[in-house]
Amino acid sequence: MSFGATSPGAMNPAGFDLPAPREGIGRRLSDALTRHGRLLTLLLLTPPLLWLGLIYLGSLFVFLAQSIFSIDPFSGMIVREPTTATLIELFRPANFDIVRRTVLVAAAVTALCAVLAFPIAYYAARYAGPKVKAGFYLAVMMPLWSSYLVKVYGWKLLLAKEGAIGWFAGRLGLGGALDAWLALPVVGGPSLSVSYTGMVLTFTYLWLPFMILPIQAALERVPPHLIEAAGDLGASPGLVFRTVILPLAMPGVVAGAIFTFSLTLGDYIVPQIIGTSALVLGQAVYTLQGTAGNIPLAAAFSLVPILVMALFLTIARRTGAFDAL
Amino acid sequence: MGAVRGAARRPQKAVPPMHATLDTVPATPAVRFQGVARHFGAIRAVDGVDLSIAPGEFFAMLGPSGSGKTTCLRLIAGFEQPDAGHIEIFGETVEGLPPYRRAVNTVFQDYALFPHLSVGDNVAYGLRVRGVARAERARLAREALALVKLAGMETRRPAQLSGGQRQRVALARALVVRPKVLLLDEPLGALDLKLREEMQSELKGLQRALGLTFVFVTHDQGEALSMADRVAVFNEGRIVQVGPPEEVYERPATRFVAGFVGSANVLEPAQAAALGGAARVSSLRPEKIVLLAPGAPAPEGTGVVEASVTDVSYQGPVRRVAVRDARGLALVVAVPAGAGTVALGQAVRLAVPAGALQPMEGEP
Repeated sequence: MSFGATSPGAMNPAGFDLPAPREGIGRRLSDALTRHGRLLTLLLLTPPLLWLGLIYLGSLFVFLAQSIFSIDPFSGMIVREPTTATLIELFRPANFDIVRRTVLVAAAVTALCAVLAFPIAYYAARYAGPKVKAGFYLAVMMPLWSSYLVKVYGWKLLLAKEGAIGWFAGRLGLGGALDAWLALPVVGGPSLSVSYTGMVLTFTYLWLPFMILPIQAALERVPPHLIEAAGDLGASPGLVFRTVILPLAMPGVVAGAIFTFSLTLGDYIVPQIIGTSALVLGQAVYTLQGTAGNIPLAAAFSLVPILVMALFLTIARRTGAFDAL
Repeated sequence: MGAVRGAARRPQKAVPPMHATLDTVPATPAVRFQGVARHFGAIRAVDGVDLSIAPGEFFAMLGPSGSGKTTCLRLIAGFEQPDAGHIEIFGETVEGLPPYRRAVNTVFQDYALFPHLSVGDNVAYGLRVRGVARAERARLAREALALVKLAGMETRRPAQLSGGQRQRVALARALVVRPKVLLLDEPLGALDLKLREEMQSELKGLQRALGLTFVFVTHDQGEALSMADRVAVFNEGRIVQVGPPEEVYERPATRFVAGFVGSANVLEPAQAAALGGAARVSSLRPEKIVLLAPGAPAPEGTGVVEASVTDVSYQGPVRRVAVRDARGLALVVAVPAGAGTVALGQAVRLAVPAGALQPMEGEP
């Protein structure tokens, strides 16, 4: 109770002085920055704002603005007069098909990623111990360390007619099922490596980490007490999942979907290596701004992913995906 | 040990009807533990607990953190399963029964409100998972919110409420599904003092009005004493004493209870005998010791201690004065405000009434 009695030999704080720190230019600079907090903020933010605002967003805007110009069909020169003709051209059946095809592939990739990622993320967030979790992060991140092209060509080999997937299917007696799948319209084709199925599988493999990590982060933030409370109030585990865990993980799913959706919408390499001869958005932009030299239409096509993502986020918001934020 | 010591000692004469269900009729206990144990690795969180909670009782589990009281609550709720022993809720064996199959509900320490649901939907959650129609559950949720004085808050979000209001929502959410036993895990721990006192009397009133069994976990002895019909004091995974608050406070059974509940003085057998008590380990409440005026004679039947003051701490209505006598007997005395000033090092005379010394039953 009493602090009065000190034992002999105890340190007496009043008995000695610490040397004062040396005054230098660094300390004086620190004083100035402490007193003027705004100055520090300004110094920290100027370089990234210049980069992001001026160089990145500025050039993007200049590029997109080209979509209100058109191209002279005879000379192939850009006509710098505002017109809606280029934007309307997007809705020509051939162009609109490209948009629709890409959005459907992106939607399929996103859905497949979400279905595959959720159980993995759930296990890592709720059950894995510290060691398993370290292994989990390593396993999820490791594919991102190797070259994108190597992985895509790897998948081309796996998906090829004589590839590993076909071989396994044959060994398991599922060769018939694979052939039946390939015989289906749209998703099928001569072999997996030249079908939409193969394209979706490859994209799913490539973007899966971008779906797992945000879902896992969202699930980690769900307090265990909430899950107990739901059970306590009479909800069976399935119901707890539907009414508490899933809604609370939804912002993570949406964040992951933003990655998988936009990455798929913009990619032009995978569809070139794996998939059908029909173009997707990225390929269209690539061809139009390169060989065709039709910058206005390329810009118009580039607007599509932005609009699709805006629409996607609006729908997500309307359905209450961000209620837990 | 001694799980129903308090109940057994009560007179078995014709008691008023209020207490009839509590003492005389051998009613099915609301909650019964028989030799319940729960271990986490080498840690014996709950180590052989017997206890019996009567229907309609306000039962407090009191103890320091890590004493096993919260684990006991979680065993009743079903969040934990016992490693040994037997648990009954209203006569029904509940081992192996998941929480969603038990007629008990919990008010969590951090309230555990669903952040993605409105206050009304939070309260209606238990009804929703039971398949109650939308209109009906909205009506019941409104009623429950009115019961906890939050009428009209249905559309708010939990994040928009104060701590006290969240507490009430958690209470309404648990009560709306008509539990047989309501479990409260330190529900007032996060509230400030004034709100806590307000909620204490409100909870007590609610329990009386609804006639429900409340099991309340707390580390705050004042809270346990003021609210509960009976208090179980936990230490190291065991119940060390059970009884009505007066009994636990006045006659602590062990050194631990004496120290934890109201911090009583503990006297060794020789010290107690020297002051006219039995030659047993005894407790002595600080407020029972009288500070004598200088030169005043000691009243009849009191032991006298001549000591000097080693510490004084001002606590509003009382001063807690620590003293020590020549033979090394250290005591804490509660001196009421206005009973004169005491200075550090001052020599004082203290009178200890013989009846103030309480031998401890749980000590050799």
